[in-house]
Amino acid sequence: MNVTLKVWRQKNSKSKGHFETYKLSDLNPDMSFLEMLDVLNEQLIHEDKIPVEFDSDCREGICGQCGLTINGRSNGHHHHTTTCQMHMRHFEDGDTILVEPLRASAFTVIKDLKVDRSAMDRIIQAGGFISVHTGSAPDANSLPIGKMDAEDAFDSAACIGCGTCIATCKNSSAALYTSAKITQLATLPQGEIEREKRVIAMVDAMDAEGFGSCTNTEACEMECPQEISVTNIARMNFEYNRALLLGKK
Amino acid sequence: MLNAKIPEGPLEKKWKNYQEHCKLVNPANKKKLDVIVIGTGLSGAPAAATLGELGYNVKVFFFQDTARRAHSVAAQGGINASKNYQNDGDNVFRHFYDTLKGGDFRSREANTYRLAEISANVIDQAVAQGVPFAREYGGVLANRSFGGVQVKRTFYAQGQTGQQMLLGAYSVLMRQIGLGHVKSYNRHEMLELVVIDGKARGIIARNLITGEIERHSAHAVILASGGYGKIYYLSTLAIGSNASAAWKAHRKGAFMAGVSWVQFHPTCLPQSGDYQSKLTLMSEALRNDGRIWVPKLKGDDRFPNDIPEEERDYYLERKYPAFGNLAPRDIASRSAKEQIDSGKGVGPNKNAVYLDFKDAIKEYGAEEIGDRYGNLFRMYEKITGMSPYKQPMMISPAAHFTMGGLWVDYELMTTIPGLYAVGEANFSDHGANRLGANSLLQASVDGYFIAPVTIGNYLSNDIRTGKIPTDTPEFDKAEEDAVERLKKFVSINGTKSAEYYHKQLGKIMFQYVGVSRSKEGIAKGIELIKELREDFWQNLKVPGGIYEVNSELEKAGRVADFLELAELMAHDAYDRDESCGAHFREEYQTEEGEALRNDEKYMYVSAWEHTGYGKAPKLHKEELTFEVVKPSVRSYK
Repeated sequence: MNVTLKVWRQKNSKSKGHFETYKLSDLNPDMSFLEMLDVLNEQLIHEDKIPVEFDSDCREGICGQCGLTINGRSNGHHHHTTTCQMHMRHFEDGDTILVEPLRASAFTVIKDLKVDRSAMDRIIQAGGFISVHTGSAPDANSLPIGKMDAEDAFDSAACIGCGTCIATCKNSSAALYTSAKITQLATLPQGEIEREKRVIAMVDAMDAEGFGSCTNTEACEMECPQEISVTNIARMNFEYNRALLLGKK
Repeated sequence: MLNAKIPEGPLEKKWKNYQEHCKLVNPANKKKLDVIVIGTGLSGAPAAATLGELGYNVKVFFFQDTARRAHSVAAQGGINASKNYQNDGDNVFRHFYDTLKGGDFRSREANTYRLAEISANVIDQAVAQGVPFAREYGGVLANRSFGGVQVKRTFYAQGQTGQQMLLGAYSVLMRQIGLGHVKSYNRHEMLELVVIDGKARGIIARNLITGEIERHSAHAVILASGGYGKIYYLSTLAIGSNASAAWKAHRKGAFMAGVSWVQFHPTCLPQSGDYQSKLTLMSEALRNDGRIWVPKLKGDDRFPNDIPEEERDYYLERKYPAFGNLAPRDIASRSAKEQIDSGKGVGPNKNAVYLDFKDAIKEYGAEEIGDRYGNLFRMYEKITGMSPYKQPMMISPAAHFTMGGLWVDYELMTTIPGLYAVGEANFSDHGANRLGANSLLQASVDGYFIAPVTIGNYLSNDIRTGKIPTDTPEFDKAEEDAVERLKKFVSINGTKSAEYYHKQLGKIMFQYVGVSRSKEGIAKGIELIKELREDFWQNLKVPGGIYEVNSELEKAGRVADFLELAELMAHDAYDRDESCGAHFREEYQTEEGEALRNDEKYMYVSAWEHTGYGKAPKLHKEELTFEVVKPSVRSYK
């Protein structure tokens, strides 16, 4: 198959970006989208041009390092997928495809399609953990946890930290990402002790990093590769208000 | 002869003895000591976090954008621990024995025993961090069985156990970073190890955003940089996984051991075309309920569901009735390759075998099977467009885990004092073949519980050393070497990309130093590797410059190191005239086609010393002595 790409090129975080047009032919529909970009880069190297910078690592949908805006949508037109799991068979022969970095106010473009998502780490640093030192843990079965609670916690914990929810949100809100960690740890008895402190610290960190507010459009859930539910956001709001009522702020 | 410094005493007392007698650093002195950790996988993140908790000054370096990306994240099936929660006769000894036997008696008894001994603590630690392992209705932890064992000792979180374990480690690391005990350097790559007076004292790193070359000193350096299976190009590893940190250490004097011992994972998606950048792994856990088969008839093109039972060969069940589809990975991979090579491969490229869930669905129902493997089935369908509920999966072996790596002693210290290697980066516990779900375990055990203790024994001598200066001739030289090499890459200005060379190298390695090897083939492989390396240094093309974001430059550095490591791997495979575990030399097999060990001649670990670029490496031997277990013929029949 043949496609025309319009790819966002930006030299560094300070320079202004622009679109460049490239034509690719003889692509195999079973290629992943990123393998198609590999082909493009091989072509550019042969033409003595600078290849397109983009992030990817595991290429099996779990590490969260890839992530592109494809035709205006995070990770392309399929719901619940990472960019590496998009395949060329999901496009038509002759398509023109617009490729941009993940766009969000708190994400800076580093070069071309690479962005800086370190603000997401700082939200976790604020409280996305249980304060337990190595060596201090009790026997794993000493704290029974219901099968359903464990599964609910898993569903929240499955977040891959890709930033798709943030890039998809018109407000660049990190509510889904932040709430997933808060909910995981609030669902488990291990997280109980730091429950109020955690939600206050993480929500404050989220606001301090310049992420927008959640206005419940639920676009994040539609695009999340792990299908993290917006009920996590409701839980975060509940936890936050509960902590306020308990006078923990 | 290498000395692994195994502590005195009976097997079950060794680690205890060590801890009772090793030197300690008092809390006030820990503040004066700097430690560098390379990598944030399930060994690096726990090591960095635990050292931070203890009070050391820690700097952690990784090439990804955040610590949570490290490739431990992709491990699916689970983590072993001999807790015997299932009351099925499991215990530390059995776990130790299974691991030793699985490794075909080519690992150290003491290390392997310690792995099993500490396994229970890892599960406790992970649960305390909030890792949501699978549970029973009564609230206790659930277990499943895995290849090569007859008990249920594997803990799991759906098919994302590695992700959940890593996120647990990441969370405690983030806490230490937030508290200021650990400083994080994301998008940084180690280019050189700095050795001063024979001791590891720092690194040269490149900031992958600005391209700046940085000097970082420390009293000790821990390499947690993972395995090098990506040398085969097509593998289950991440695109960025590389051998460079380990190779740089090797060039500076750290020995590498068992380097040709590579595990090929039997349950991966087959290659579909030349453009392909990786082979996705489907958890081995699938072999609990899936049955592996090929058509009895060569070139049988019928749709799999149309092939009647009597015309199918469930070859693992036939050849290994005791373990059947749960035979260890090396055996499952080799058997699959045999079937494919004999013309019975299935799929459009005839490069796969079937993994069938028809009987399991009949027995347990689609819903129950969905509960067990739903996410894996979805992943398979996403990539291939086919549903495992409706037709068998197609799988084939792919390079997966490197049992070999930097040689370390009992303290996980390499042959360079002050340089440690943990997790997959070292060679230690798995012998010639790793059992499923022991990888997450070894990474965790090394990172949480061993390195943070043993490093104190070394650092106790450094409490009066003071900060290591970076304006020394050793740092100057290391930086000069690093920059010179980068300049060389961009100045060749040839015609072929780093990716091209990587793909070529992968083909050579798969063909000649792959699932099975022969003396003749390896010799041919060595010639081809040398030719390719020559070509690389003549015709490589790296566009762009050094002091900017430049992925091609990063790749070139990694491929250059792979091109050297490849020859060492071939050399190691050539030198060992026996078959053991994943190292299957075609000349050495039983009449039934099983691996034939030679305990008289090869009951040792081959540790290689670097003697210079392109020169033959020097062999050092570490004799393996078995005090408790008597090595037997590894039979899974």
